[in-house]
Amino acid sequence: MRALPVGDDALLVEVSSGKEAQALHAELVRRRAEGALTVREIVPAARTVLLDGLADPARWAAELTTARIPEVPAHARGPIELPVRYDGPDLAAVAERWGVSEGEAARIHAGTEFTVAFCGFAPGFGYLTGLPDRFHVPRRATPRTSVPAGAVALAGPYTGVYPRSSPGGWQLIGTTDAVLWDHTRVPAALLAPGARVRFVPVEDA
Amino acid sequence: MTDRALVVVRAGALTTVQDRGRPGYAHLGVPRSGALDAPAAALVNRLVGNPPDAAVLETTLNGCAVRPRSTVTVAVCGAPCPVAVGGRPAAWGAPVLVRAGELLEVGAATAGVRSYLAVGGGVAVEPVLGSRATDLLSGLGPAPLADGMVLPLGAPYGPPARVDGTPQPRPPAEIVLRVIPGPRADWFTARALRDLATRAYRVSAASNRIGLRTEGPALERARPGELPSEGMVLGAVQVPPDGRPVVFLADHPTTGGYPVIAVVRAADLPAAAQALPGTPVRFVPVRRR
Repeated sequence: MRALPVGDDALLVEVSSGKEAQALHAELVRRRAEGALTVREIVPAARTVLLDGLADPARWAAELTTARIPEVPAHARGPIELPVRYDGPDLAAVAERWGVSEGEAARIHAGTEFTVAFCGFAPGFGYLTGLPDRFHVPRRATPRTSVPAGAVALAGPYTGVYPRSSPGGWQLIGTTDAVLWDHTRVPAALLAPGARVRFVPVEDA
Repeated sequence: MTDRALVVVRAGALTTVQDRGRPGYAHLGVPRSGALDAPAAALVNRLVGNPPDAAVLETTLNGCAVRPRSTVTVAVCGAPCPVAVGGRPAAWGAPVLVRAGELLEVGAATAGVRSYLAVGGGVAVEPVLGSRATDLLSGLGPAPLADGMVLPLGAPYGPPARVDGTPQPRPPAEIVLRVIPGPRADWFTARALRDLATRAYRVSAASNRIGLRTEGPALERARPGELPSEGMVLGAVQVPPDGRPVVFLADHPTTGGYPVIAVVRAADLPAAAQALPGTPVRFVPVRRR
Protein backbone atom coordinates (compact mmCIF):
# COMPACT_ATOMS: atom_id res chain seq x y z
CA MET A 1 0.00 0.00 0.00
CA ARG A 2 1.33 3.40 -1.03
CA ALA A 3 -0.08 6.77 0.05
CA LEU A 4 0.62 9.41 -2.62
CA PRO A 5 0.27 13.07 -1.60
CA VAL A 6 -2.31 14.98 -3.67
CA GLY A 7 -2.10 18.76 -3.23
CA ASP A 8 -2.16 20.14 0.30
CA ASP A 9 -4.92 18.11 1.89
CA ALA A 10 -5.54 14.88 0.01
CA LEU A 11 -4.02 11.41 -0.25
CA LEU A 12 -4.32 8.84 -2.98
CA VAL A 13 -3.91 5.44 -1.38
CA GLU A 14 -2.82 2.87 -3.93
CA VAL A 15 -3.19 -0.88 -3.49
CA SER A 16 -2.50 -3.79 -5.82
CA SER A 17 -5.97 -5.07 -6.67
CA GLY A 18 -9.57 -4.06 -6.99
CA LYS A 19 -10.45 -6.33 -4.10
CA GLU A 20 -7.94 -4.60 -1.84
CA ALA A 21 -9.29 -1.22 -2.90
CA GLN A 22 -12.80 -2.35 -1.90
CA ALA A 23 -11.52 -3.60 1.46
CA LEU A 24 -9.61 -0.38 2.08
CA HIS A 25 -12.67 1.69 1.17
CA ALA A 26 -14.87 -0.30 3.58
CA GLU A 27 -12.28 0.12 6.35
CA LEU A 28 -11.93 3.88 5.79
CA VAL A 29 -15.73 4.34 5.78
CA ARG A 30 -15.85 2.38 9.04
CA ARG A 31 -13.13 4.54 10.62
CA ARG A 32 -14.94 7.69 9.54
CA ALA A 33 -18.19 6.41 11.07
CA GLU A 34 -16.30 5.76 14.32
CA GLY A 35 -15.05 9.33 14.30
CA ALA A 36 -11.40 8.34 13.92
CA LEU A 37 -11.10 9.82 10.40
CA THR A 38 -12.15 13.36 9.47
CA VAL A 39 -12.32 13.75 5.72
CA ARG A 40 -14.59 15.42 3.15
CA GLU A 41 -14.57 12.69 0.49
CA ILE A 42 -13.64 9.00 0.40
CA VAL A 43 -13.55 8.09 -3.29
CA PRO A 44 -12.79 4.48 -4.18
CA ALA A 45 -11.67 3.65 -7.71
CA ALA A 46 -10.09 0.75 -9.59
CA ARG A 47 -6.85 0.38 -7.56
CA THR A 48 -6.99 3.39 -5.27
CA VAL A 49 -8.98 5.18 -2.61
CA LEU A 50 -8.79 8.98 -2.57
CA LEU A 51 -9.07 10.79 0.76
CA ASP A 52 -9.86 14.42 -0.07
CA GLY A 53 -10.13 17.20 2.48
CA LEU A 54 -8.07 15.48 5.16
CA ALA A 55 -7.21 17.39 8.31
CA ASP A 56 -3.88 15.65 8.79
CA PRO A 57 -2.65 13.98 5.58
CA ALA A 58 0.91 13.34 6.81
CA ARG A 59 -0.29 11.35 9.80
CA TRP A 60 -2.70 9.30 7.66
CA ALA A 61 -0.02 8.66 5.06
CA ALA A 62 2.18 7.16 7.76
CA GLU A 63 -0.67 5.27 9.37
CA LEU A 64 -2.07 3.77 6.18
CA THR A 65 1.23 2.53 4.78
CA THR A 66 1.56 0.24 7.81
CA ALA A 67 -2.11 -0.48 8.48
CA ARG A 68 -3.54 -3.98 8.22
CA ILE A 69 -6.76 -3.86 6.31
CA PRO A 70 -9.32 -6.57 7.08
CA GLU A 71 -11.01 -8.31 4.15
CA VAL A 72 -14.32 -6.89 3.01
CA PRO A 73 -16.84 -7.93 5.65
CA ALA A 74 -19.76 -10.03 4.42
CA HIS A 75 -22.72 -7.76 3.85
CA ALA A 76 -25.58 -8.35 6.21
CA ARG A 77 -27.95 -7.13 3.52
CA GLY A 78 -28.79 -9.26 0.53
CA PRO A 79 -27.93 -8.13 -2.98
CA ILE A 80 -29.84 -5.37 -4.75
CA GLU A 81 -31.79 -7.04 -7.56
CA LEU A 82 -31.98 -5.28 -10.91
CA PRO A 83 -34.60 -6.63 -13.35
CA VAL A 84 -32.99 -7.03 -16.78
CA ARG A 85 -33.97 -7.95 -20.33
CA TYR A 86 -30.94 -9.30 -22.20
CA ASP A 87 -31.80 -7.48 -25.41
CA GLY A 88 -28.75 -5.25 -25.98
CA PRO A 89 -27.44 -4.63 -29.50
CA ASP A 90 -23.98 -5.95 -28.54
CA LEU A 91 -25.19 -9.17 -26.86
CA ALA A 92 -24.39 -11.27 -29.94
CA ALA A 93 -20.86 -9.85 -30.20
CA VAL A 94 -20.23 -10.40 -26.48
CA ALA A 95 -21.56 -13.99 -26.67
CA GLU A 96 -19.32 -14.68 -29.66
CA ARG A 97 -16.29 -13.35 -27.80
CA TRP A 98 -17.17 -15.56 -24.84
CA GLY A 99 -17.65 -18.53 -27.20
CA VAL A 100 -21.20 -19.19 -26.06
CA SER A 101 -24.75 -18.67 -27.30
CA GLU A 102 -26.62 -15.46 -26.49
CA GLY A 103 -28.87 -17.35 -24.08
CA GLU A 104 -25.83 -18.79 -22.30
CA ALA A 105 -24.19 -15.34 -22.13
CA ALA A 106 -27.33 -14.02 -20.43
CA ARG A 107 -27.29 -16.97 -17.98
CA ILE A 108 -23.61 -16.32 -17.15
CA HIS A 109 -24.29 -12.63 -16.48
CA ALA A 110 -27.45 -13.26 -14.47
CA GLY A 111 -25.69 -16.00 -12.50
CA THR A 112 -22.94 -13.65 -11.30
CA GLU A 113 -23.02 -11.76 -8.02
CA PHE A 114 -21.56 -8.32 -8.59
CA THR A 115 -20.09 -5.75 -6.21
CA VAL A 116 -20.13 -2.00 -6.82
CA ALA A 117 -16.37 -1.37 -6.87
CA PHE A 118 -16.73 2.37 -7.33
CA CYS A 119 -18.85 5.06 -9.02
CA GLY A 120 -17.95 7.70 -11.57
CA PHE A 121 -18.62 8.91 -15.11
CA ALA A 122 -22.09 10.17 -14.11
CA PRO A 123 -24.05 10.43 -10.85
CA GLY A 124 -25.20 6.93 -9.94
CA PHE A 125 -23.05 5.08 -12.49
CA GLY A 126 -21.46 2.13 -10.69
CA TYR A 127 -18.51 0.09 -11.89
CA LEU A 128 -19.58 -3.46 -10.97
CA THR A 129 -17.04 -6.25 -10.65
CA GLY A 130 -17.66 -9.98 -10.40
CA LEU A 131 -17.27 -11.46 -13.89
CA PRO A 132 -14.22 -13.76 -14.10
CA ASP A 133 -11.25 -12.59 -16.20
CA ARG A 134 -12.18 -14.76 -19.18
CA PHE A 135 -15.40 -12.78 -19.63
CA HIS A 136 -13.76 -9.35 -19.77
CA VAL A 137 -14.48 -7.51 -23.03
CA PRO A 138 -12.97 -4.41 -24.65
CA ARG A 139 -14.86 -1.18 -25.18
CA ARG A 140 -16.42 -0.69 -28.61
CA ALA A 141 -13.96 0.65 -31.17
CA THR A 142 -16.41 3.47 -31.91
CA PRO A 143 -18.41 4.84 -28.98
CA ARG A 144 -22.13 5.42 -29.49
CA THR A 145 -23.20 9.06 -29.47
CA SER A 146 -26.25 8.10 -27.42
CA VAL A 147 -26.81 5.18 -25.08
CA PRO A 148 -30.30 5.01 -23.54
CA ALA A 149 -30.92 5.24 -19.79
CA GLY A 150 -31.12 1.78 -18.25
CA ALA A 151 -28.70 0.18 -20.73
CA VAL A 152 -26.77 -2.67 -19.07
CA ALA A 153 -23.26 -2.65 -20.45
CA LEU A 154 -19.84 -4.30 -20.23
CA ALA A 155 -16.31 -2.92 -20.62
CA GLY A 156 -13.05 -4.41 -19.36
CA PRO A 157 -13.71 -6.12 -16.04
CA TYR A 158 -16.82 -4.02 -15.37
CA THR A 159 -20.57 -4.14 -15.76
CA GLY A 160 -22.42 -0.83 -15.57
CA VAL A 161 -25.91 0.58 -16.01
CA TYR A 162 -26.32 3.97 -17.66
CA PRO A 163 -28.33 6.12 -15.19
CA ARG A 164 -29.39 8.48 -17.98
CA SER A 165 -28.99 8.79 -21.70
CA SER A 166 -25.42 9.73 -22.62
CA PRO A 167 -22.68 8.97 -25.10
CA GLY A 168 -20.88 5.72 -24.29
CA GLY A 169 -18.40 3.17 -25.53
CA TRP A 170 -19.43 0.13 -23.52
CA GLN A 171 -20.91 -3.05 -25.03
CA LEU A 172 -24.67 -3.04 -24.48
CA ILE A 173 -26.08 -6.41 -23.47
CA GLY A 174 -29.42 -5.57 -21.86
CA THR A 175 -31.89 -3.11 -20.44
CA THR A 176 -33.24 -2.48 -16.95
CA ASP A 177 -36.22 -0.44 -15.80
CA ALA A 178 -34.57 0.15 -12.40
CA VAL A 179 -34.04 3.86 -11.66
CA LEU A 180 -30.34 4.15 -10.92
CA TRP A 181 -30.40 7.81 -10.00
CA ASP A 182 -33.21 10.01 -8.70
CA HIS A 183 -32.11 13.11 -6.83
CA THR A 184 -35.54 13.44 -5.19
CA ARG A 185 -35.13 10.00 -3.63
CA VAL A 186 -33.15 9.19 -0.48
CA PRO A 187 -30.64 7.83 -1.24
CA ALA A 188 -30.42 9.34 -4.73
CA ALA A 189 -28.09 6.61 -5.99
CA LEU A 190 -29.44 3.06 -6.09
CA LEU A 191 -25.90 1.68 -6.21
CA ALA A 192 -23.17 2.91 -3.87
CA PRO A 193 -19.62 1.54 -3.49
CA GLY A 194 -19.60 -1.78 -1.66
CA ALA A 195 -23.19 -2.75 -2.54
CA ARG A 196 -23.83 -6.25 -3.91
CA VAL A 197 -25.92 -6.55 -7.07
CA ARG A 198 -27.68 -9.28 -9.03
CA PHE A 199 -29.32 -9.01 -12.42
CA VAL A 200 -32.63 -10.87 -12.55
CA PRO A 201 -33.95 -11.70 -16.02
CA VAL A 202 -37.56 -10.68 -16.69
CA GLU A 203 -39.86 -11.47 -19.60
CA ASP A 204 -40.54 -8.71 -22.09
CA ALA A 205 -43.32 -6.51 -20.80
CA MET B 1 -46.99 38.86 0.26
CA THR B 2 -44.98 40.24 -2.60
CA ASP B 3 -43.85 38.01 -5.40
CA ARG B 4 -40.20 37.41 -4.62
CA ALA B 5 -38.77 36.40 -7.96
CA LEU B 6 -36.41 37.50 -10.70
CA VAL B 7 -37.43 37.50 -14.34
CA VAL B 8 -34.52 36.80 -16.68
CA VAL B 9 -34.59 39.43 -19.42
CA ARG B 10 -31.21 38.65 -20.97
CA ALA B 11 -29.58 35.38 -19.95
CA GLY B 12 -26.16 36.22 -21.39
CA ALA B 13 -23.64 33.79 -22.86
CA LEU B 14 -23.77 31.43 -19.89
CA THR B 15 -25.30 32.41 -16.57
CA THR B 16 -25.79 29.77 -13.91
CA VAL B 17 -27.04 29.57 -10.35
CA GLN B 18 -24.14 28.81 -8.01
CA ASP B 19 -23.47 28.38 -4.32
CA ARG B 20 -20.80 26.46 -2.44
CA GLY B 21 -21.63 23.29 -4.35
CA ARG B 22 -22.31 19.75 -3.20
CA PRO B 23 -19.10 18.30 -1.72
CA GLY B 24 -19.35 14.91 -0.04
CA TYR B 25 -20.90 12.93 -2.91
CA ALA B 26 -17.84 12.29 -5.10
CA HIS B 27 -18.04 8.57 -4.26
CA LEU B 28 -21.39 8.49 -6.11
CA GLY B 29 -19.93 10.24 -9.17
CA VAL B 30 -21.34 13.65 -8.21
CA PRO B 31 -19.02 16.61 -8.97
CA ARG B 32 -18.70 19.26 -6.26
CA SER B 33 -19.70 22.16 -8.56
CA GLY B 34 -20.25 25.62 -6.99
CA ALA B 35 -19.03 29.14 -7.82
CA LEU B 36 -15.67 29.09 -9.64
CA ASP B 37 -14.56 32.34 -7.99
CA ALA B 38 -15.74 31.36 -4.51
CA PRO B 39 -14.33 34.44 -2.69
CA ALA B 40 -16.22 36.74 -5.09
CA ALA B 41 -19.45 34.79 -4.50
CA ALA B 42 -18.94 35.01 -0.72
CA LEU B 43 -18.32 38.75 -0.98
CA VAL B 44 -21.46 39.56 -3.00
CA ASN B 45 -23.49 37.58 -0.52
CA ARG B 46 -21.99 39.54 2.37
CA LEU B 47 -22.75 42.84 0.62
CA VAL B 48 -26.48 42.08 0.44
CA GLY B 49 -26.66 40.55 3.93
CA ASN B 50 -26.86 36.91 2.80
CA PRO B 51 -25.06 34.01 4.47
CA PRO B 52 -22.05 32.77 2.47
CA ASP B 53 -23.88 29.70 1.19
CA ALA B 54 -26.77 31.60 -0.43
CA ALA B 55 -27.18 30.99 -4.16
CA VAL B 56 -25.98 33.71 -6.55
CA LEU B 57 -25.78 34.10 -10.32
CA GLU B 58 -22.46 33.50 -12.10
CA THR B 59 -22.20 35.20 -15.50
CA THR B 60 -19.72 34.50 -18.27
CA LEU B 61 -18.08 37.37 -20.20
CA ASN B 62 -21.16 39.35 -21.21
CA GLY B 63 -23.24 39.57 -18.04
CA CYS B 64 -27.03 39.29 -17.89
CA ALA B 65 -30.14 41.36 -17.19
CA VAL B 66 -32.92 40.58 -14.73
CA ARG B 67 -36.09 42.29 -13.48
CA PRO B 68 -37.07 41.66 -9.85
CA ARG B 69 -40.81 41.47 -9.15
CA SER B 70 -40.30 42.98 -5.70
CA THR B 71 -37.87 45.55 -4.37
CA VAL B 72 -34.53 43.88 -3.61
CA THR B 73 -30.95 44.68 -2.63
CA VAL B 74 -28.37 43.38 -5.07
CA ALA B 75 -24.61 43.48 -5.48
CA VAL B 76 -22.23 42.60 -8.30
CA CYS B 77 -18.59 41.53 -7.81
CA GLY B 78 -16.05 39.23 -9.39
CA ALA B 79 -15.15 40.36 -12.90
CA PRO B 80 -15.50 44.19 -13.04
CA CYS B 81 -18.35 45.32 -15.29
CA PRO B 82 -20.80 48.20 -15.72
CA VAL B 83 -23.98 47.89 -13.63
CA ALA B 84 -27.20 49.77 -14.42
CA VAL B 85 -30.57 49.98 -12.70
CA GLY B 86 -33.48 51.32 -14.72
CA GLY B 87 -31.00 52.55 -17.31
CA ARG B 88 -28.99 54.60 -14.78
CA PRO B 89 -25.42 53.61 -13.86
CA ALA B 90 -25.14 51.96 -10.46
CA ALA B 91 -22.27 50.85 -8.27
CA TRP B 92 -20.26 47.70 -8.83
CA GLY B 93 -18.98 46.04 -5.66
CA ALA B 94 -21.54 47.65 -3.35
CA PRO B 95 -25.14 47.04 -2.29
CA VAL B 96 -27.65 48.60 -4.72
CA LEU B 97 -31.42 48.91 -4.29
CA VAL B 98 -33.52 47.75 -7.25
CA ARG B 99 -37.22 48.58 -7.05
CA ALA B 100 -39.91 46.15 -8.11
CA GLY B 101 -40.10 46.01 -11.91
CA GLU B 102 -36.87 47.93 -12.57
CA LEU B 103 -34.36 46.43 -14.98
CA LEU B 104 -30.99 45.44 -13.48
CA GLU B 105 -28.28 45.15 -16.10
CA VAL B 106 -24.97 43.42 -15.43
CA GLY B 107 -22.78 44.48 -18.35
CA ALA B 108 -19.95 42.77 -20.16
CA ALA B 109 -16.84 42.15 -18.06
CA THR B 110 -14.19 44.83 -18.60
CA ALA B 111 -11.60 42.45 -17.15
CA GLY B 112 -11.84 38.82 -16.11
CA VAL B 113 -14.56 36.36 -17.09
CA ARG B 114 -17.16 35.76 -14.37
CA SER B 115 -19.21 38.36 -12.52
CA TYR B 116 -21.37 37.40 -9.54
CA LEU B 117 -24.80 38.85 -8.82
CA ALA B 118 -26.26 38.35 -5.36
CA VAL B 119 -29.84 39.26 -4.45
CA GLY B 120 -30.98 39.71 -0.85
CA GLY B 121 -32.56 36.42 0.20
CA GLY B 122 -30.63 34.45 -2.39
CA VAL B 123 -31.87 32.55 -5.44
CA ALA B 124 -34.26 29.97 -3.99
CA VAL B 125 -34.53 27.27 -6.65
CA GLU B 126 -35.07 23.75 -5.28
CA PRO B 127 -31.77 22.36 -3.93
CA VAL B 128 -30.40 19.05 -5.23
CA LEU B 129 -28.31 17.11 -2.68
CA GLY B 130 -28.11 20.20 -0.52
CA SER B 131 -27.00 22.62 -3.23
CA ARG B 132 -28.63 24.91 -5.81
CA ALA B 133 -25.55 24.94 -8.03
CA THR B 134 -25.79 24.17 -11.72
CA ASP B 135 -23.36 21.39 -12.54
CA LEU B 136 -22.62 21.49 -16.25
CA LEU B 137 -20.82 18.13 -16.29
CA SER B 138 -23.54 15.97 -14.79
CA GLY B 139 -26.60 18.17 -15.34
CA LEU B 140 -27.55 18.39 -11.66
CA GLY B 141 -29.17 21.58 -10.37
CA PRO B 142 -31.13 24.16 -12.34
CA ALA B 143 -30.60 24.59 -16.08
CA PRO B 144 -28.48 27.57 -17.14
CA LEU B 145 -30.50 30.79 -17.34
CA ALA B 146 -32.65 31.34 -20.42
CA ASP B 147 -34.50 34.47 -21.46
CA GLY B 148 -37.92 34.62 -19.80
CA MET B 149 -37.05 32.20 -17.00
CA VAL B 150 -38.39 33.12 -13.56
CA LEU B 151 -36.14 32.45 -10.55
CA PRO B 152 -37.70 32.39 -7.06
CA LEU B 153 -35.99 34.41 -4.32
CA GLY B 154 -35.74 33.66 -0.61
CA ALA B 155 -36.82 36.00 2.17
CA PRO B 156 -34.14 38.62 2.95
CA TYR B 157 -31.80 37.56 5.75
CA GLY B 158 -30.94 40.94 7.18
CA PRO B 159 -29.78 44.42 6.35
CA PRO B 160 -27.15 44.76 3.65
CA ALA B 161 -23.58 45.61 4.59
CA ARG B 162 -22.87 49.30 5.12
CA VAL B 163 -20.15 49.89 2.59
CA ASP B 164 -19.72 52.30 -0.29
CA GLY B 165 -17.41 50.05 -2.24
CA THR B 166 -15.10 47.12 -1.88
CA PRO B 167 -11.48 47.07 -2.88
CA GLN B 168 -10.88 44.04 -5.03
CA PRO B 169 -7.89 43.01 -7.08
CA ARG B 170 -8.38 43.31 -10.81
CA PRO B 171 -7.93 40.05 -12.66
CA PRO B 172 -4.17 39.93 -13.28
CA ALA B 173 -2.54 40.11 -16.70
CA GLU B 174 -0.79 36.82 -15.97
CA ILE B 175 -1.93 34.04 -13.67
CA VAL B 176 0.49 32.30 -11.38
CA LEU B 177 -0.63 28.87 -10.23
CA ARG B 178 1.37 27.35 -7.39
CA VAL B 179 1.40 23.58 -7.89
CA ILE B 180 2.34 20.70 -5.65
CA PRO B 181 3.88 17.95 -7.82
CA GLY B 182 2.15 14.54 -7.82
CA PRO B 183 0.40 12.21 -7.41
CA ARG B 184 1.50 10.95 -10.85
CA ALA B 185 4.57 13.10 -11.55
CA ASP B 186 6.48 9.83 -12.06
CA TRP B 187 4.46 9.19 -15.22
CA PHE B 188 6.32 12.11 -16.83
CA THR B 189 9.93 12.72 -17.80
CA ALA B 190 12.17 15.06 -15.80
CA ARG B 191 12.02 17.34 -18.82
CA ALA B 192 8.20 17.49 -18.64
CA LEU B 193 8.39 18.65 -15.02
CA ARG B 194 10.94 21.27 -16.05
CA ASP B 195 8.75 22.36 -18.96
CA LEU B 196 5.72 22.71 -16.71
CA ALA B 197 7.69 24.92 -14.31
CA THR B 198 9.52 27.08 -16.85
CA ARG B 199 7.76 27.22 -20.22
CA ALA B 200 5.02 29.64 -21.25
CA TYR B 201 1.43 28.41 -21.25
CA ARG B 202 -1.68 30.33 -22.19
CA VAL B 203 -5.34 29.89 -21.29
CA SER B 204 -7.14 28.08 -24.10
CA ALA B 205 -10.51 29.24 -25.43
CA ALA B 206 -11.77 25.69 -24.79
CA SER B 207 -11.72 26.35 -21.03
CA ASN B 208 -15.00 26.03 -19.13
CA ARG B 209 -16.39 25.27 -15.65
CA ILE B 210 -14.97 21.76 -15.86
CA GLY B 211 -11.39 22.74 -16.54
CA LEU B 212 -8.95 25.50 -17.42
CA ARG B 213 -7.39 24.20 -20.61
CA THR B 214 -4.00 25.46 -21.68
CA GLU B 215 -1.96 25.87 -24.83
CA GLY B 216 1.78 25.42 -24.73
CA PRO B 217 4.48 22.77 -24.92
CA ALA B 218 3.22 19.19 -24.69
CA LEU B 219 4.42 17.47 -21.53
CA GLU B 220 6.43 14.36 -22.31
CA ARG B 221 5.33 11.10 -20.75
CA ALA B 222 7.76 8.62 -19.23
CA ARG B 223 5.07 5.92 -19.32
CA PRO B 224 2.51 5.41 -22.05
CA GLY B 225 -1.13 4.42 -21.63
CA GLU B 226 -3.81 5.26 -19.13
CA LEU B 227 -4.12 4.66 -15.43
CA PRO B 228 -6.97 2.60 -14.07
CA SER B 229 -9.60 5.23 -13.12
CA GLU B 230 -8.73 7.06 -9.91
CA GLY B 231 -10.29 9.81 -7.80
CA MET B 232 -9.69 13.39 -8.92
CA VAL B 233 -9.44 16.56 -6.81
CA LEU B 234 -10.23 20.22 -7.46
CA GLY B 235 -7.13 21.85 -8.95
CA ALA B 236 -5.71 18.60 -10.34
CA VAL B 237 -3.46 19.29 -13.33
CA GLN B 238 -4.45 16.42 -15.57
CA VAL B 239 -2.51 15.73 -18.74
CA PRO B 240 -4.57 14.22 -21.57
CA PRO B 241 -2.90 12.50 -24.55
CA ASP B 242 -2.21 15.82 -26.33
CA GLY B 243 0.17 16.71 -23.47
CA ARG B 244 -1.42 20.09 -22.65
CA PRO B 245 -2.21 20.44 -18.95
CA VAL B 246 -5.84 20.91 -17.89
CA VAL B 247 -6.56 22.37 -14.43
CA PHE B 248 -9.71 20.84 -12.96
CA LEU B 249 -12.30 23.39 -11.81
CA ALA B 250 -15.55 22.96 -9.87
CA ASP B 251 -17.50 20.80 -12.36
CA HIS B 252 -14.61 18.34 -12.87
CA PRO B 253 -15.30 14.59 -13.15
CA THR B 254 -14.88 12.69 -9.88
CA THR B 255 -12.66 10.00 -11.42
CA GLY B 256 -10.33 9.94 -14.40
CA GLY B 257 -7.68 7.90 -16.12
CA TYR B 258 -5.19 10.52 -17.35
CA PRO B 259 -2.24 11.11 -15.04
CA VAL B 260 -2.23 14.12 -12.72
CA ILE B 261 1.23 15.70 -12.77
CA ALA B 262 0.53 18.24 -10.02
CA VAL B 263 -2.25 19.93 -8.04
CA VAL B 264 -2.89 23.69 -7.92
CA ARG B 265 -3.19 25.32 -4.50
CA ALA B 266 -6.86 26.01 -3.74
CA ALA B 267 -6.11 29.70 -3.06
CA ASP B 268 -4.95 30.17 -6.68
CA LEU B 269 -8.05 28.73 -8.36
CA PRO B 270 -10.24 31.88 -8.21
CA ALA B 271 -7.66 33.64 -10.41
CA ALA B 272 -7.85 30.71 -12.85
CA ALA B 273 -11.63 31.19 -12.98
CA GLN B 274 -11.15 34.81 -14.09
CA ALA B 275 -8.48 34.21 -16.75
CA LEU B 276 -9.48 35.14 -20.30
CA PRO B 277 -8.37 32.96 -23.21
CA GLY B 278 -4.83 33.97 -24.17
CA THR B 279 -3.83 34.95 -20.62
CA PRO B 280 -0.31 33.70 -19.80
CA VAL B 281 -0.22 30.98 -17.15
CA ARG B 282 2.81 30.19 -15.01
CA PHE B 283 2.93 26.98 -13.02
CA VAL B 284 5.21 27.37 -10.00
CA PRO B 285 6.11 24.18 -8.12
CA VAL B 286 5.90 24.56 -4.35
CA ARG B 287 6.21 22.16 -1.47
CA ARG B 288 3.29 20.66 0.29
CA ARG B 289 2.25 22.64 3.36
